[in-house]
Amino acid sequence: MKRYIMEHTYSIEAGNYAVAGEASSSIKGLLKKLGIDGGIVRRMAIAAYEAEMNLVIHSVGGSLTIKIAPDELLLISEDGGPGIADIDLAMEEGYSTAPEEAREMGFGAGMGLSNMKRCADEFNIHSDAGIGTKLQIKIYLK
Amino acid sequence: MQIREVARLLKADILAGSVNLDREVKFACGSDLMSDVLAFVEEGTLLLTGITNLQVIRTAEMIDVFVIVFVRGKVPANDVIDMANDRNITLMSTDYTLFEACGILYQAGLKGKS
Ligand SMILES: Nc1ncnc2c1ncn2[C@@H]1O[C@H](COP(=O)(O)OP(=O)(O)O)[C@@H](O)[C@H]1O
Ligand SMILES: [Mg+2]
Repeated sequence: MKRYIMEHTYSIEAGNYAVAGEASSSIKGLLKKLGIDGGIVRRMAIAAYEAEMNLVIHSVGGSLTIKIAPDELLLISEDGGPGIADIDLAMEEGYSTAPEEAREMGFGAGMGLSNMKRCADEFNIHSDAGIGTKLQIKIYLK
Repeated sequence: MQIREVARLLKADILAGSVNLDREVKFACGSDLMSDVLAFVEEGTLLLTGITNLQVIRTAEMIDVFVIVFVRGKVPANDVIDMANDRNITLMSTDYTLFEACGILYQAGLKGKS
């Protein structure tokens, strides 16, 4: 088992666009304060923000967790539904089921999941339609 | 190009973050798609957009963008301006369209990054 020296969980409310991004902002601030390399902080901030926006836009609500070990960062996004029926399709750039209100804010281009994957050294997504989605994004520190 | 010069060329009003007026940007990006911005925009790039909500500030914050130009005369709500001031992000508003504003800055020597 990996030993993480620090761990923080943020609960993310569905549809609350006014605070959407606060968790990612706080994660970014934490990583910066720990003196982690700027390029890595940026990659994790982008991944966290895309994951957070997906929780706000697409899920019924969930959580974002950041875990920090000496040699890796791990971000976990978990929600309680509605799940993704076809993950391969959801991963395609340009595929989006985002509602109009998300598009008005500049989201819903269907690039979030591929952005997260691009930022990650290891990317894992598991989803059960009707149950929920769990995402894991790992970035190596060495 | 100095931020001050960007504002002059675009006849733009400074709405927030006047602390950055003497700072320089080398590149600019015009987009309304925040995921595109997150994917392709490098630190310190000037962002031009027609989107004025809080998520634009959040996006800028994640990728260390410190200056945003709102086109077509758009002005964001006060909470957006407050958030930008809080994060030392410069906001300005120009009457030019996205296409025109990008053209003016490009002609004046600011480059895109592809
Ligand atoms: N947490 C989630 N819960 C349910 N569906 C999701 C979740 N995250 C992503 N999706 C689905 O995957 C699609 C693609 O996601 P993404 O690549 O982030 O693009 P976008 O958010 O712009 O639609 C979404 O439109 C949605 O249908
Ligand atoms: Mg998304």
